[in-house]
Amino acid sequence: MIRLTIDNIAVTVEEGTTILQAARKIGGKVVPPAMCYYSKLKGSGGKCRTCLVKVVQSSAKDPRPMPKLVASCSTPAQDGMVVQNITSPEVVEARKGIVEFLLLNHPLDCPVCDQAGECDLQDLSYGHGTEITATEEYRREFPVTDIGDLIQLHMNRCILCYRCVYTAEQLTDQRVHGVLYRGDTAEIGTFIAQNIDNDFSGNMIDVCPVGALTDKTFRFKSRVWFLRPMDAYRDCRVCKGKAVIWMAGDEIYRVTARKDRFGEVEDFICNECRFDHKHPEDWVVEGPRSIKRESVISANHYLQKEDPGVIDPIKGTIT
Amino acid sequence: MEPLTQRSKTVSDKKMTFAEKLYLPAILGGMRITFGHLFKKKTTIQFPEAKRPFAGVYRGRHVLKRDEAGRERCTACGLCAVACPAEAITMVAAERKPGEEGLYREEKYAAVYEINMLRCIFCGDCEEACPKEAIFLTDRLVASEYQRKPFIYGKELLVEPADPEKRIDVSERQTPEVLAFKKDRQHKHNN
Repeated sequence: MIRLTIDNIAVTVEEGTTILQAARKIGGKVVPPAMCYYSKLKGSGGKCRTCLVKVVQSSAKDPRPMPKLVASCSTPAQDGMVVQNITSPEVVEARKGIVEFLLLNHPLDCPVCDQAGECDLQDLSYGHGTEITATEEYRREFPVTDIGDLIQLHMNRCILCYRCVYTAEQLTDQRVHGVLYRGDTAEIGTFIAQNIDNDFSGNMIDVCPVGALTDKTFRFKSRVWFLRPMDAYRDCRVCKGKAVIWMAGDEIYRVTARKDRFGEVEDFICNECRFDHKHPEDWVVEGPRSIKRESVISANHYLQKEDPGVIDPIKGTIT
Repeated sequence: MEPLTQRSKTVSDKKMTFAEKLYLPAILGGMRITFGHLFKKKTTIQFPEAKRPFAGVYRGRHVLKRDEAGRERCTACGLCAVACPAEAITMVAAERKPGEEGLYREEKYAAVYEINMLRCIFCGDCEEACPKEAIFLTDRLVASEYQRKPFIYGKELLVEPADPEKRIDVSERQTPEVLAFKKDRQHKHNN
Protein backbone atom coordinates (compact mmCIF):
# COMPACT_ATOMS: atom_id res chain seq x y z
CA MET A 1 0.00 0.00 0.00
CA ILE A 2 1.19 3.50 -0.79
CA ARG A 3 0.16 6.80 0.62
CA LEU A 4 -0.12 10.02 -1.39
CA THR A 5 -1.64 13.45 -0.99
CA ILE A 6 -3.96 14.98 -3.54
CA ASP A 7 -4.98 18.58 -2.92
CA ASN A 8 -3.89 18.22 0.72
CA ILE A 9 -6.10 15.15 1.20
CA ALA A 10 -4.19 11.99 2.10
CA VAL A 11 -5.29 8.71 0.57
CA THR A 12 -3.93 5.17 0.77
CA VAL A 13 -4.10 3.09 -2.36
CA GLU A 14 -2.66 -0.12 -3.72
CA GLU A 15 0.55 -0.11 -5.68
CA GLY A 16 0.12 0.45 -9.40
CA THR A 17 -2.91 2.70 -8.99
CA THR A 18 -2.93 5.78 -11.15
CA ILE A 19 -3.26 9.26 -9.67
CA LEU A 20 -6.71 9.58 -11.25
CA GLN A 21 -7.92 6.38 -9.61
CA ALA A 22 -6.57 7.55 -6.26
CA ALA A 23 -8.41 10.87 -6.71
CA ARG A 24 -11.58 9.00 -7.56
CA LYS A 25 -11.17 7.11 -4.31
CA ILE A 26 -11.34 10.47 -2.52
CA GLY A 27 -14.16 11.67 -4.74
CA GLY A 28 -15.66 15.14 -4.89
CA LYS A 29 -14.05 18.09 -6.54
CA VAL A 30 -10.48 16.83 -6.48
CA VAL A 31 -11.26 14.24 -9.18
CA PRO A 32 -9.72 15.48 -12.44
CA PRO A 33 -12.13 15.39 -15.37
CA ALA A 34 -11.40 12.76 -18.02
CA MET A 35 -12.59 12.70 -21.59
CA CYS A 36 -10.69 9.71 -22.96
CA TYR A 37 -9.83 7.61 -19.93
CA TYR A 38 -12.31 4.86 -19.10
CA SER A 39 -11.55 2.60 -16.17
CA LYS A 40 -13.38 -0.33 -17.78
CA LEU A 41 -11.39 -0.19 -20.99
CA LYS A 42 -7.81 -1.38 -20.91
CA GLY A 43 -5.31 0.93 -22.56
CA SER A 44 -7.59 3.96 -22.64
CA GLY A 45 -6.37 7.33 -21.47
CA GLY A 46 -3.51 9.68 -22.13
CA LYS A 47 -5.01 11.26 -25.22
CA CYS A 48 -7.20 14.18 -24.27
CA ARG A 49 -4.97 15.71 -21.55
CA THR A 50 -7.92 17.04 -19.55
CA CYS A 51 -6.82 15.17 -16.45
CA LEU A 52 -3.50 17.03 -16.18
CA VAL A 53 -2.28 17.52 -12.61
CA LYS A 54 0.79 19.01 -11.01
CA VAL A 55 3.11 16.70 -9.11
CA VAL A 56 4.91 18.80 -6.50
CA GLN A 57 6.77 15.89 -4.98
CA SER A 58 7.41 12.74 -7.01
CA SER A 59 7.81 10.34 -4.11
CA ALA A 60 9.16 10.03 -0.59
CA LYS A 61 12.54 8.87 -1.92
CA ASP A 62 12.78 11.50 -4.64
CA PRO A 63 11.14 14.72 -3.43
CA ARG A 64 11.82 16.65 -6.64
CA PRO A 65 8.75 17.91 -8.49
CA MET A 66 7.92 16.54 -11.93
CA PRO A 67 9.07 19.04 -14.57
CA LYS A 68 5.76 19.28 -16.42
CA LEU A 69 2.11 18.70 -15.71
CA VAL A 70 1.32 15.01 -16.02
CA ALA A 71 -1.72 13.15 -17.23
CA SER A 72 -3.14 11.69 -14.03
CA CYS A 73 -4.93 8.84 -15.83
CA SER A 74 -1.67 7.23 -16.92
CA THR A 75 0.77 8.25 -14.19
CA PRO A 76 1.12 5.67 -11.43
CA ALA A 77 0.99 6.98 -7.88
CA GLN A 78 4.13 6.75 -5.75
CA ASP A 79 4.52 6.55 -2.03
CA GLY A 80 4.78 10.03 -0.55
CA MET A 81 3.65 11.73 -3.75
CA VAL A 82 2.16 15.20 -3.41
CA VAL A 83 -0.29 16.09 -6.17
CA GLN A 84 -2.10 19.35 -6.84
CA ASN A 85 -5.22 19.48 -8.91
CA ILE A 86 -7.68 22.29 -8.25
CA THR A 87 -5.36 23.91 -5.71
CA SER A 88 -2.82 24.67 -8.42
CA PRO A 89 -3.62 27.72 -10.60
CA GLU A 90 -1.25 26.30 -13.20
CA VAL A 91 -3.44 23.22 -13.63
CA VAL A 92 -6.63 25.27 -13.82
CA GLU A 93 -5.08 27.47 -16.48
CA ALA A 94 -3.75 24.50 -18.45
CA ARG A 95 -7.14 22.83 -18.37
CA LYS A 96 -8.71 25.95 -19.80
CA GLY A 97 -6.32 25.68 -22.71
CA ILE A 98 -7.06 21.97 -23.15
CA VAL A 99 -10.78 22.67 -23.33
CA GLU A 100 -10.10 25.29 -25.96
CA PHE A 101 -8.09 22.77 -27.97
CA LEU A 102 -10.84 20.16 -27.70
CA LEU A 103 -13.36 22.71 -28.92
CA LEU A 104 -11.18 23.89 -31.81
CA ASN A 105 -12.90 21.60 -34.24
CA HIS A 106 -15.98 20.71 -32.25
CA PRO A 107 -19.04 22.30 -33.85
CA LEU A 108 -21.40 24.28 -31.66
CA ASP A 109 -24.46 22.36 -32.75
CA CYS A 110 -25.64 21.47 -29.25
CA PRO A 111 -29.20 22.57 -30.13
CA VAL A 112 -29.24 19.85 -32.79
CA CYS A 113 -27.12 17.24 -31.03
CA ASP A 114 -28.87 14.38 -29.22
CA GLN A 115 -26.11 14.19 -26.62
CA ALA A 116 -26.83 17.68 -25.29
CA GLY A 117 -27.72 17.56 -21.63
CA GLU A 118 -25.61 14.49 -20.90
CA CYS A 119 -22.50 15.44 -22.84
CA ASP A 120 -19.13 15.23 -21.07
CA LEU A 121 -17.64 17.92 -23.27
CA GLN A 122 -20.52 20.27 -22.50
CA ASP A 123 -19.96 19.78 -18.78
CA LEU A 124 -16.23 20.16 -19.18
CA SER A 125 -16.37 23.37 -21.16
CA TYR A 126 -18.99 24.78 -18.83
CA GLY A 127 -16.96 23.92 -15.77
CA HIS A 128 -13.41 24.51 -16.95
CA GLY A 129 -13.49 26.39 -20.23
CA THR A 130 -13.77 30.00 -21.26
CA GLU A 131 -16.80 31.67 -22.75
CA ILE A 132 -15.09 32.83 -25.91
CA THR A 133 -12.80 31.23 -28.43
CA ALA A 134 -9.57 32.84 -29.59
CA THR A 135 -9.71 31.42 -33.10
CA GLU A 136 -11.70 32.51 -36.10
CA GLU A 137 -10.79 29.67 -38.43
CA TYR A 138 -13.39 27.36 -39.85
CA ARG A 139 -13.82 23.97 -38.28
CA ARG A 140 -13.01 20.76 -40.11
CA GLU A 141 -15.94 19.03 -41.72
CA PHE A 142 -16.38 15.48 -42.87
CA PRO A 143 -18.86 14.02 -45.32
CA VAL A 144 -21.65 12.07 -43.62
CA THR A 145 -20.93 8.35 -43.55
CA ASP A 146 -23.35 5.59 -42.75
CA ILE A 147 -22.04 2.97 -40.33
CA GLY A 148 -25.21 0.97 -39.83
CA ASP A 149 -28.88 1.08 -38.92
CA LEU A 150 -28.42 1.48 -35.20
CA ILE A 151 -25.60 3.94 -34.69
CA GLN A 152 -25.28 7.39 -36.20
CA LEU A 153 -21.78 8.73 -36.68
CA HIS A 154 -21.21 12.49 -36.65
CA MET A 155 -17.51 12.74 -37.35
CA ASN A 156 -17.54 16.55 -36.99
CA ARG A 157 -18.23 16.20 -33.29
CA CYS A 158 -15.59 13.54 -32.58
CA ILE A 159 -12.71 14.44 -30.25
CA LEU A 160 -10.76 11.26 -31.08
CA CYS A 161 -10.75 9.80 -27.59
CA TYR A 162 -10.50 6.23 -28.95
CA ARG A 163 -13.01 4.96 -26.38
CA CYS A 164 -15.26 3.42 -29.03
CA VAL A 165 -12.28 1.70 -30.62
CA TYR A 166 -11.28 0.11 -27.31
CA THR A 167 -14.89 -0.85 -26.67
CA ALA A 168 -15.14 -2.66 -29.97
CA GLU A 169 -11.75 -4.25 -29.41
CA GLN A 170 -12.37 -5.48 -25.90
CA LEU A 171 -16.09 -6.16 -25.83
CA THR A 172 -16.72 -7.71 -29.20
CA ASP A 173 -15.03 -10.53 -31.03
CA GLN A 174 -14.21 -8.43 -34.07
CA ARG A 175 -13.62 -4.77 -34.51
CA VAL A 176 -14.56 -3.33 -37.88
CA HIS A 177 -13.92 0.34 -37.23
CA GLY A 178 -10.98 2.39 -36.12
CA VAL A 179 -9.27 5.72 -36.51
CA LEU A 180 -8.15 6.32 -40.08
CA TYR A 181 -5.60 8.82 -41.39
CA ARG A 182 -3.55 11.23 -39.31
CA GLY A 183 -3.58 14.65 -37.75
CA ASP A 184 -6.33 17.00 -38.77
CA THR A 185 -7.83 14.47 -41.18
CA ALA A 186 -7.97 11.63 -38.64
CA GLU A 187 -11.43 10.19 -38.50
CA ILE A 188 -13.44 7.30 -37.11
CA GLY A 189 -14.48 4.99 -39.89
CA THR A 190 -14.87 1.49 -41.19
CA PHE A 191 -12.68 2.29 -44.22
CA ILE A 192 -14.61 -0.03 -46.53
CA ALA A 193 -18.31 0.75 -46.13
CA GLN A 194 -19.31 -1.76 -43.55
CA ASN A 195 -22.13 -2.07 -41.08
CA ILE A 196 -21.31 -2.21 -37.41
CA ASP A 197 -23.75 -4.85 -36.25
CA ASN A 198 -22.15 -6.66 -33.36
CA ASP A 199 -24.28 -7.70 -30.37
CA PHE A 200 -22.52 -5.20 -28.13
CA SER A 201 -21.84 -2.42 -30.61
CA GLY A 202 -24.45 -0.17 -28.99
CA ASN A 203 -22.16 0.38 -26.04
CA MET A 204 -20.10 2.68 -28.23
CA ILE A 205 -22.95 5.16 -27.86
CA ASP A 206 -22.76 5.17 -24.07
CA VAL A 207 -18.99 5.28 -24.04
CA CYS A 208 -18.73 8.24 -26.42
CA PRO A 209 -18.11 11.39 -24.35
CA VAL A 210 -19.55 13.64 -27.05
CA GLY A 211 -22.36 13.29 -29.57
CA ALA A 212 -20.23 11.65 -32.25
CA LEU A 213 -21.91 8.28 -31.83
CA THR A 214 -25.61 8.49 -31.10
CA ASP A 215 -28.58 6.16 -31.07
CA LYS A 216 -30.20 6.14 -34.51
CA THR A 217 -33.49 4.84 -33.13
CA PHE A 218 -33.60 7.85 -30.78
CA ARG A 219 -32.39 10.39 -33.34
CA PHE A 220 -34.25 13.68 -32.85
CA LYS A 221 -37.06 11.85 -31.02
CA SER A 222 -36.85 13.95 -27.89
CA ARG A 223 -34.44 15.81 -25.68
CA VAL A 224 -33.00 14.00 -22.67
CA TRP A 225 -34.46 16.51 -20.22
CA PHE A 226 -38.00 15.83 -21.38
CA LEU A 227 -37.67 12.16 -20.44
CA ARG A 228 -37.83 10.37 -17.13
CA PRO A 229 -34.93 7.99 -16.57
CA MET A 230 -35.99 4.85 -14.72
CA ASP A 231 -33.85 1.99 -13.46
CA ALA A 232 -35.17 -1.19 -15.00
CA TYR A 233 -34.09 -4.73 -15.75
CA ARG A 234 -35.13 -7.64 -17.88
CA ASP A 235 -34.10 -11.27 -18.28
CA CYS A 236 -31.52 -11.31 -21.00
CA ARG A 237 -29.53 -14.28 -22.28
CA VAL A 238 -26.63 -12.17 -23.46
CA CYS A 239 -26.08 -9.43 -20.88
CA LYS A 240 -27.06 -8.68 -17.29
CA GLY A 241 -30.10 -6.79 -18.52
CA LYS A 242 -29.67 -3.92 -16.07
CA ALA A 243 -30.43 -0.70 -17.86
CA VAL A 244 -31.98 2.73 -17.68
CA ILE A 245 -35.16 3.26 -19.65
CA TRP A 246 -35.95 6.82 -20.67
CA MET A 247 -39.70 7.31 -20.63
CA ALA A 248 -42.23 9.95 -21.49
CA GLY A 249 -45.67 8.90 -20.37
CA ASP A 250 -45.91 5.15 -20.97
CA GLU A 251 -43.59 5.21 -23.91
CA ILE A 252 -39.95 4.14 -23.80
CA TYR A 253 -37.90 6.47 -25.97
CA ARG A 254 -34.55 4.85 -25.49
CA VAL A 255 -32.59 2.42 -23.36
CA THR A 256 -29.09 3.08 -22.06
CA ALA A 257 -26.70 1.40 -19.69
CA ARG A 258 -26.47 2.57 -16.11
CA LYS A 259 -23.69 5.02 -15.48
CA ASP A 260 -21.86 5.58 -12.23
CA ARG A 261 -20.97 8.96 -10.74
CA PHE A 262 -17.92 9.30 -12.97
CA GLY A 263 -20.08 8.82 -16.06
CA GLU A 264 -18.83 5.32 -16.73
CA VAL A 265 -21.04 2.42 -17.67
CA GLU A 266 -21.61 -0.02 -14.80
CA ASP A 267 -22.68 -3.02 -16.88
CA PHE A 268 -22.46 -3.08 -20.63
CA ILE A 269 -25.78 -4.05 -22.20
CA CYS A 270 -26.48 -5.87 -25.42
CA ASN A 271 -28.05 -4.45 -28.54
CA GLU A 272 -31.21 -6.48 -28.04
CA CYS A 273 -31.90 -4.77 -24.72
CA ARG A 274 -30.91 -1.40 -26.11
CA PHE A 275 -32.67 -1.28 -29.42
CA ASP A 276 -35.33 -3.98 -29.60
CA HIS A 277 -37.21 -3.77 -26.33
CA LYS A 278 -39.04 -0.50 -26.23
CA HIS A 279 -42.29 -1.77 -24.81
CA PRO A 280 -42.93 -1.04 -21.12
CA GLU A 281 -44.03 -4.65 -20.58
CA ASP A 282 -40.57 -5.91 -21.50
CA TRP A 283 -39.03 -4.25 -18.46
CA VAL A 284 -39.37 -4.52 -14.71
CA VAL A 285 -39.07 -0.98 -13.38
CA GLU A 286 -37.11 -0.60 -10.15
CA GLY A 287 -37.80 3.08 -9.71
CA PRO A 288 -36.72 6.50 -10.87
CA ARG A 289 -33.02 6.96 -11.35
CA SER A 290 -31.47 9.57 -9.12
CA ILE A 291 -30.18 12.47 -11.17
CA LYS A 292 -27.93 15.19 -9.85
CA ARG A 293 -29.86 18.31 -8.99
CA GLU A 294 -27.49 20.39 -11.12
CA SER A 295 -28.24 18.34 -14.22
CA VAL A 296 -30.64 19.71 -16.78
CA ILE A 297 -32.24 16.26 -16.87
CA SER A 298 -33.70 16.96 -13.44
CA ALA A 299 -35.30 20.20 -14.67
CA ASN A 300 -39.08 20.24 -14.37
CA HIS A 301 -39.11 16.78 -12.81
CA TYR A 302 -40.85 16.74 -9.50
CA LEU A 303 -39.73 14.19 -6.99
CA GLN A 304 -42.40 12.43 -5.08
CA LYS A 305 -41.42 12.73 -1.46
CA GLU A 306 -42.70 10.31 1.10
CA ASP A 307 -45.44 11.68 3.32
CA PRO A 308 -43.67 12.60 6.57
CA GLY A 309 -46.88 12.05 8.59
CA VAL A 310 -48.31 14.03 11.45
CA ILE A 311 -47.20 13.74 15.08
CA ASP A 312 -50.06 12.84 17.37
CA PRO A 313 -49.92 15.49 20.14
CA ILE A 314 -51.23 13.17 22.87
CA LYS A 315 -49.55 9.85 22.15
CA GLY A 316 -46.43 11.39 20.59
CA THR A 317 -46.48 8.88 17.74
CA ILE A 318 -46.36 9.60 14.05
CA THR A 319 -49.48 8.68 12.16
CA MET B 1 -64.29 56.30 27.12
CA GLU B 2 -61.00 55.26 25.62
CA PRO B 3 -60.87 55.64 21.85
CA LEU B 4 -60.81 52.30 20.10
CA THR B 5 -58.38 53.38 17.44
CA GLN B 6 -55.87 56.16 17.02
CA ARG B 7 -57.69 57.37 13.93
CA SER B 8 -60.90 58.37 15.70
CA LYS B 9 -61.74 62.08 15.57
CA THR B 10 -63.71 64.11 17.98
CA VAL B 11 -66.82 65.69 16.45
CA SER B 12 -67.41 69.34 17.15
CA ASP B 13 -70.81 70.98 16.79
CA LYS B 14 -69.57 74.50 16.31
CA LYS B 15 -72.01 76.87 14.60
CA MET B 16 -71.44 77.56 10.88
CA THR B 17 -70.65 81.12 9.83
CA PHE B 18 -72.98 83.03 7.46
CA ALA B 19 -70.75 82.38 4.44
CA GLU B 20 -70.71 78.69 5.23
CA LYS B 21 -74.46 78.63 5.64
CA LEU B 22 -74.89 79.99 2.12
CA TYR B 23 -73.00 76.93 0.69
CA LEU B 24 -72.40 78.92 -2.51
CA PRO B 25 -68.62 79.46 -2.08
CA ALA B 26 -68.17 75.73 -1.51
CA ILE B 27 -70.31 74.86 -4.54
CA LEU B 28 -68.39 77.31 -6.73
CA GLY B 29 -65.09 75.91 -5.51
CA GLY B 30 -66.23 72.40 -6.45
CA MET B 31 -67.48 73.57 -9.83
CA ARG B 32 -64.12 75.19 -10.52
CA ILE B 33 -62.38 71.86 -10.11
CA THR B 34 -64.99 70.03 -12.22
CA PHE B 35 -64.98 72.46 -15.16
CA GLY B 36 -61.24 72.90 -14.90
CA HIS B 37 -60.89 69.29 -16.07
CA LEU B 38 -62.71 70.13 -19.29
CA PHE B 39 -59.73 72.11 -20.48
CA LYS B 40 -57.06 69.67 -19.38
CA LYS B 41 -55.43 67.06 -21.62
CA LYS B 42 -57.60 63.92 -21.77
CA THR B 43 -56.26 60.87 -20.01
CA THR B 44 -58.47 58.47 -21.97
CA ILE B 45 -58.37 57.60 -25.65
CA GLN B 46 -61.12 56.54 -28.06
CA PHE B 47 -59.92 52.94 -28.02
CA PRO B 48 -60.91 51.16 -31.21
CA GLU B 49 -60.14 54.19 -33.36
CA ALA B 50 -57.10 55.39 -31.45
CA LYS B 51 -54.55 52.97 -30.06
CA ARG B 52 -51.76 53.49 -27.60
CA PRO B 53 -48.31 52.62 -28.89
CA PHE B 54 -46.77 49.55 -27.29
CA ALA B 55 -43.38 49.70 -25.67
CA GLY B 56 -40.72 48.19 -27.89
CA VAL B 57 -39.99 45.53 -25.34
CA TYR B 58 -43.65 44.68 -24.65
CA ARG B 59 -44.01 40.96 -24.09
CA GLY B 60 -47.01 39.77 -26.04
CA ARG B 61 -47.77 37.01 -28.50
CA HIS B 62 -44.79 34.95 -29.64
CA VAL B 63 -43.35 34.71 -33.10
CA LEU B 64 -41.09 32.05 -34.58
CA LYS B 65 -38.71 33.93 -36.83
CA ARG B 66 -37.36 32.96 -40.21
CA ASP B 67 -33.88 33.91 -41.38
CA GLU B 68 -33.06 36.17 -44.32
CA ALA B 69 -33.54 33.31 -46.77
CA GLY B 70 -36.95 32.51 -45.35
CA ARG B 71 -35.89 29.33 -43.58
CA GLU B 72 -37.27 28.55 -40.13
CA ARG B 73 -34.69 29.29 -37.48
CA CYS B 74 -36.08 26.95 -34.81
CA THR B 75 -34.24 23.64 -34.47
CA ALA B 76 -36.47 22.23 -31.74
CA CYS B 77 -33.63 22.15 -29.23
CA GLY B 78 -36.10 22.30 -26.36
CA LEU B 79 -34.32 24.99 -24.38
CA CYS B 80 -37.37 27.27 -24.43
CA ALA B 81 -39.51 24.45 -23.11
CA VAL B 82 -37.10 23.66 -20.30
CA ALA B 83 -36.75 27.34 -19.43
CA CYS B 84 -40.52 27.87 -19.40
CA PRO B 85 -41.70 28.23 -15.79
CA ALA B 86 -45.30 27.58 -16.78
CA GLU B 87 -44.49 24.55 -18.95
CA ALA B 88 -46.49 26.04 -21.76
CA ILE B 89 -44.26 24.95 -24.64
CA THR B 90 -44.20 21.51 -26.22
CA MET B 91 -42.51 20.39 -29.40
CA VAL B 92 -41.80 17.41 -31.58
CA ALA B 93 -38.63 17.43 -33.63
CA ALA B 94 -38.10 15.94 -37.04
CA GLU B 95 -35.20 15.45 -39.38
CA ARG B 96 -34.91 17.61 -42.46
CA LYS B 97 -35.15 15.57 -45.64
CA PRO B 98 -33.07 16.23 -48.75
CA GLY B 99 -34.79 18.94 -50.74
CA GLU B 100 -36.11 20.78 -47.71
CA GLU B 101 -32.98 22.90 -47.25
CA GLY B 102 -34.91 26.00 -48.29
CA LEU B 103 -37.50 25.47 -45.57
CA TYR B 104 -35.45 24.73 -42.50
CA ARG B 105 -32.16 26.18 -41.42
CA GLU B 106 -30.60 23.11 -39.81
CA GLU B 107 -30.90 19.37 -40.15
CA LYS B 108 -33.38 19.23 -37.30
CA TYR B 109 -36.56 21.25 -37.16
CA ALA B 110 -39.74 21.47 -35.13
CA ALA B 111 -42.46 19.43 -36.80
CA VAL B 112 -44.88 20.42 -34.06
CA TYR B 113 -44.40 23.48 -31.90
CA GLU B 114 -47.18 24.44 -29.56
CA ILE B 115 -47.55 27.17 -26.97
CA ASN B 116 -50.49 27.04 -24.63
CA MET B 117 -51.37 30.70 -24.33
CA LEU B 118 -53.51 30.02 -21.27
CA ARG B 119 -50.51 28.64 -19.43
CA CYS B 120 -48.04 31.18 -20.76
CA ILE B 121 -47.21 33.97 -18.32
CA PHE B 122 -45.33 36.04 -20.95
CA CYS B 123 -42.16 36.19 -18.90
CA GLY B 124 -39.88 36.09 -21.95
CA ASP B 125 -37.65 33.30 -20.61
CA CYS B 126 -38.10 31.35 -23.86
CA GLU B 127 -36.79 34.30 -25.80
CA GLU B 128 -33.78 34.52 -23.54
CA ALA B 129 -33.08 30.80 -23.64
CA CYS B 130 -33.25 30.50 -27.42
CA PRO B 131 -29.76 29.90 -28.88
CA LYS B 132 -30.94 30.36 -32.45
CA GLU B 133 -32.79 33.67 -32.11
CA ALA B 134 -35.87 31.89 -33.30
CA ILE B 135 -38.51 32.81 -30.75
CA PHE B 136 -39.38 36.37 -29.82
CA LEU B 137 -42.21 37.93 -27.93
CA THR B 138 -43.88 40.71 -29.87
CA ASP B 139 -46.15 43.67 -29.24
CA ARG B 140 -49.14 41.76 -30.62
CA LEU B 141 -51.88 40.51 -28.32
CA VAL B 142 -53.36 37.08 -27.95
CA ALA B 143 -56.92 37.22 -29.23
CA SER B 144 -59.70 36.20 -26.89
CA GLU B 145 -61.63 33.03 -27.61
CA TYR B 146 -64.71 31.24 -26.35
CA GLN B 147 -63.10 27.81 -26.14
CA ARG B 148 -59.87 26.59 -24.56
CA LYS B 149 -58.65 24.66 -27.59
CA PRO B 150 -57.85 27.63 -29.86
CA PHE B 151 -55.49 29.00 -27.21
CA ILE B 152 -53.02 26.24 -28.01
CA TYR B 153 -51.12 28.00 -30.76
CA GLY B 154 -49.47 25.75 -33.30
CA LYS B 155 -46.87 26.54 -35.90
CA GLU B 156 -49.42 28.03 -38.30
CA LEU B 157 -50.01 30.85 -35.80
CA LEU B 158 -46.49 31.19 -34.48
CA VAL B 159 -44.21 31.07 -37.51
CA GLU B 160 -43.99 34.40 -39.27
CA PRO B 161 -44.94 34.59 -42.96
CA ALA B 162 -42.13 33.88 -45.42
CA ASP B 163 -43.09 36.94 -47.47
CA PRO B 164 -40.47 39.64 -46.66
CA GLU B 165 -43.20 42.28 -46.65
CA LYS B 166 -45.20 40.54 -43.96
CA ARG B 167 -42.35 39.68 -41.57
CA ILE B 168 -42.83 40.52 -37.92
CA ASP B 169 -40.42 43.25 -36.88
CA VAL B 170 -38.55 42.50 -33.67
CA SER B 171 -35.70 44.94 -34.22
CA GLU B 172 -36.78 47.04 -31.25
CA ARG B 173 -36.10 44.13 -28.94
CA GLN B 174 -32.49 43.94 -30.09
CA THR B 175 -30.45 46.55 -28.28
CA PRO B 176 -27.13 47.84 -29.68
CA GLU B 177 -25.38 45.54 -27.20
CA VAL B 178 -27.20 42.51 -28.59
CA LEU B 179 -26.38 43.45 -32.17
CA ALA B 180 -22.72 44.03 -31.29
CA PHE B 181 -22.63 40.65 -29.55
CA LYS B 182 -24.07 38.98 -32.63
CA LYS B 183 -21.33 40.38 -34.84
CA ASP B 184 -18.59 39.18 -32.48
CA ARG B 185 -16.94 36.24 -34.19
CA GLN B 186 -15.46 35.04 -30.92
CA HIS B 187 -18.89 33.86 -29.91
CA LYS B 188 -19.16 31.18 -32.53
CA HIS B 189 -22.70 30.19 -31.67
CA ASN B 190 -23.91 33.39 -33.27
CA ASN B 191 -23.55 32.11 -36.80
